[in-house]
Amino acid sequence: MNVQSKPGKGGYIGQSMPRPNAVRLVEGRAQYVDDVMLPRMLHVAYLRSPHAHAKILAIRTDAAKKAPGVVLVATGKDFANIEKFAGVLAHFKGMKSAQQSVIAIDRACWQGEPVAAVVAESRHLAEDALELIEVDYQPLPVMVDIERGLDADASVIHAELKDNLCFSRDVDAGDFDAVAARADHIVEQTFRFPRHTGVCLEGRSVLGNWISADKRLTVYISHQAPNMVQDCFAKLLGLPESAVRVICVDVGGSFGIKTHVYGDELATCALSMMLGRPVKFVADRLESFVSDIHSRDHLVKGKIAVTKEGKLLAVSFEDRLAVGPYSVYPRGSAVEGNQICNITAQWYTLEAYRARMQTVFTNMAPYSNYRAVGHPVAVGIAEGLVDAAARKIGMDPIEIRRNNLIPDHAFPFQSVSGMKFEVMSHHRCLDELVKAMNYEALRKEQVELRKKGRYRGIGIASMIEITNPSAMFYGIGGVRVSAQDGCTARMEPSGSIVILHGCGEQGQGTETIFAQIAADAIGVPLETVRLVTGDTEVTPYGGGTWASRGAGVGGEATWQAARALRHNILELAALITQTDIGKLTIVNGSVVDSASGEEKITLAECGRIAYFRPDTLDSYRPELCVTRHFVPKQFPFCFTNGVIACHLEVDVNTGFIELQKFWAVEDCGTVLNPQLVDEQMRGGIVHGIGPTLFEHCIYNENGQLQNGNMADYLVPMPCEIPDMVVCHVSTPTKETEIGAKGAGEAGTAGTPAAIMNALNDALLPFNTVLTDMPFTPEKVLKGLGKV
Amino acid sequence: MKAAPFLYVKPKSIDEAVALKERHGASARYLAGGQSLMPVLNFRLDRPDLLIDINGLSELRGVSNSGSGVKIGALTRHAEVAKSEIVKSQLALLSECIPHIAHPAIRSGGTFGGSVALADPAAEWPACCLALDARIVLRSSKGERRVEAKDYFLGLYDTARTENELLIRVEFPAVAAGTKAVALELARRRGDFAIAGVLAQAKKTGVRLENVRVVFFGISDRPVRLSAVEQGIAEGQPMETIHQAIDAGINPDDDIYQSGATKTHLAKVLLGRAVEQLRQ
Repeated sequence: MNVQSKPGKGGYIGQSMPRPNAVRLVEGRAQYVDDVMLPRMLHVAYLRSPHAHAKILAIRTDAAKKAPGVVLVATGKDFANIEKFAGVLAHFKGMKSAQQSVIAIDRACWQGEPVAAVVAESRHLAEDALELIEVDYQPLPVMVDIERGLDADASVIHAELKDNLCFSRDVDAGDFDAVAARADHIVEQTFRFPRHTGVCLEGRSVLGNWISADKRLTVYISHQAPNMVQDCFAKLLGLPESAVRVICVDVGGSFGIKTHVYGDELATCALSMMLGRPVKFVADRLESFVSDIHSRDHLVKGKIAVTKEGKLLAVSFEDRLAVGPYSVYPRGSAVEGNQICNITAQWYTLEAYRARMQTVFTNMAPYSNYRAVGHPVAVGIAEGLVDAAARKIGMDPIEIRRNNLIPDHAFPFQSVSGMKFEVMSHHRCLDELVKAMNYEALRKEQVELRKKGRYRGIGIASMIEITNPSAMFYGIGGVRVSAQDGCTARMEPSGSIVILHGCGEQGQGTETIFAQIAADAIGVPLETVRLVTGDTEVTPYGGGTWASRGAGVGGEATWQAARALRHNILELAALITQTDIGKLTIVNGSVVDSASGEEKITLAECGRIAYFRPDTLDSYRPELCVTRHFVPKQFPFCFTNGVIACHLEVDVNTGFIELQKFWAVEDCGTVLNPQLVDEQMRGGIVHGIGPTLFEHCIYNENGQLQNGNMADYLVPMPCEIPDMVVCHVSTPTKETEIGAKGAGEAGTAGTPAAIMNALNDALLPFNTVLTDMPFTPEKVLKGLGKV
Repeated sequence: MKAAPFLYVKPKSIDEAVALKERHGASARYLAGGQSLMPVLNFRLDRPDLLIDINGLSELRGVSNSGSGVKIGALTRHAEVAKSEIVKSQLALLSECIPHIAHPAIRSGGTFGGSVALADPAAEWPACCLALDARIVLRSSKGERRVEAKDYFLGLYDTARTENELLIRVEFPAVAAGTKAVALELARRRGDFAIAGVLAQAKKTGVRLENVRVVFFGISDRPVRLSAVEQGIAEGQPMETIHQAIDAGINPDDDIYQSGATKTHLAKVLLGRAVEQLRQ
């Protein structure tokens, strides 16, 4: 048998191969957008509205136009020929949004919305000139109140929409009232999940280069979805798709922040077209806080019905979430709430489920998909309610989960809300977790420490995660974001392999796992495989990186392309060596006899003959460059599962929480590269710690962001991060040959609930329950009645 | 986030620096470590016409003994204070503060004199100056003058230093042998400015604490020394009485993350812990 015929059996798949491209980043030789310098390049800076909602009465730009180094000053009216946009998904019934322009015309709807642009010889000069622009604003009523946003007397942001409702959804599965009537207890809990943002190390950046002679626009951009940018920019700028080339080389973090179309980025390209010169925009940290998408911001009232024996019967909740003034283009601002309706508590064997979700427009920064879209809230609601139920009946948190998680043998399984699950491993994961963290010993230690006035808590969060989405995610809603991904595998004359892929790299190691897959699929040394991603002119059409799809969808496309190439190489080798193709395989860059291992011909020799002496092959035409595409079709999504535990200590005198340790057991199917999966989990957990303890975009009643800088917006730093133990259970998906599910978001999804449950476990002796994130020292002290 | 245009000059002597400042007055700024000034410039919250970079004035750098006390040059970096054997052996309170001061990069750039000149109410060095009766040495074309720490800190970023004076060093009188020092503070993230902080030092004689010094920081517009609190600790008064003295002595403002009441509560908790450590 060929040792490389199946992934995971020998070879590179399943090994912790280091990332070859990491060296370049560490050496400071990355090519971020800001590193790209083009001849005749200009820089744009945007004047942003200081008001959350205001009519623009007049803009005076004369002084700015005369400032040193200024080439152009433009206002919203100068971009009138650019199509307006809004992210409205056709399959979200009743969803609506006002149309947004690249730069505000007549009216600004959030603090930070661009109102004018200055293009100058340097960013410095552009900022100098910005100060000379005078704008007359007439402030308008500001809507930032999540609770009152839908009231009849609430001020409506866009009159044409009649109200501030972007999207609402009701799910009513099973008869909640009848089922709940059989419960011994109905436990209620209110939750608050704070508005927060992504804080990428590399801010949003774009460089537009319009070559008027070619009538072509090249867009260098820090983004996760190059083909989406190509499609959207072409449409909105009125260009044929073929006239737009999008290049994403190195991307310094993205987290979903960079899957959207931003008006300032589009305007930058339009300015390049107006001027016939390259124009660069790099968002600085201050403008990032008020112009990058924000996310979460939920107020949830939940209920869980439980018997005294610990059987969970039903869950219901009402979720109100506050988005920005427009539904962000093209993916919209409603996927977060929709996911929550779909998945909350669906990893339990419930009999009934009722959810109401309302997505409300506000005059805060635009809002859309951020890492683990909806999941931290869905898991937070469910796991917070499960622990509340466990406290009510005096049951251990592990036991109540063992009693109610979907049994491992029950798959495939359809949840009460209608989610279709192929295969999961909740109980194996929970067993692994209990073992890894030595749960019993921690409980004993907790009891002992309480006697000494030290309060430790243990929090558990079981969870699921949507990965590998099919076209049911966007395509069905008329949104031109590709669910399929393409890969071209090419053998060069030397026998080395080039992989061109539609799915790129933002620092997570995508290119490394694609190289591992291709090397195994063909049978070549890893170092002979080279990756090309992030250039729409070169790579096959694909969706890019979001919804944990790189490994599962992009990886499978790689496998399929590389296997097809392998077949073509073997066909050629069989002809050259006059051997039956069935007796040949490829090992370490050579075609060998699969029985004896004897070398028949190297790939380099195959390459030499194919490219330089095809005349010796009679009528045979070698095809050493093949492309394959893959999209999941059997299931709308490929769900992963896992469980996260948090151990923390609360200083009940100061309210400070010290994280002790995390344990995570996750099941992403085939683990392609254990180290990269572990680091995705760890990074995801840090992203979960952020909004649970620190991160919060705090707005006042006038819609002014109070902490939009790195001193006041608190991202967790290395000193705040404890050790994390990551373990794996592997139940591969059968939908693909490689069997990989996504791994990039699970840590973010489960961590807030794990921390919240640990905090409330620690505070159990004080009879107080905290559910309003982030858990600041003051909230803890208030809960304890100390201030 | 690009600073408004300014001119830059790097003088070779203190006299030259002071003369430049006196010529340009309020439109010029002294630039030392730049850890506070540069962000303020980049935010365009301040827009001086001229920066007078004093980093070339090596005579302003370093820690040394002066008579029975210690003097710290204005340009001495936080990291150099941390490493100084003189500080370790003679100014234990400063050494106790080091772990709370920002992060390595900031400690390498930021200067002792810059921190005292800026007088951030949540910073450790100004609080140390007040706790240890330091004298702040200011230089102008008229010569040097010394200001007692208790007369130096006047309010939020407000000090007795006049517009053109250059803070050249801080002089600490000798600390009595056997004095124990404690520095405690609470910050949401390690290295952030304190929500509340307390410096405490005393000499333990039997069960009694003598020569008690207590300075709170991060809870007012400047570091605050409360003699009633010091007296209460020295006399072994019950904590409730001492807490009353704190309530009478400080009235912190709310900030975006916590109320004044929370800050007062935290100051009390920290003081209790500091006294406990002094008694050990």
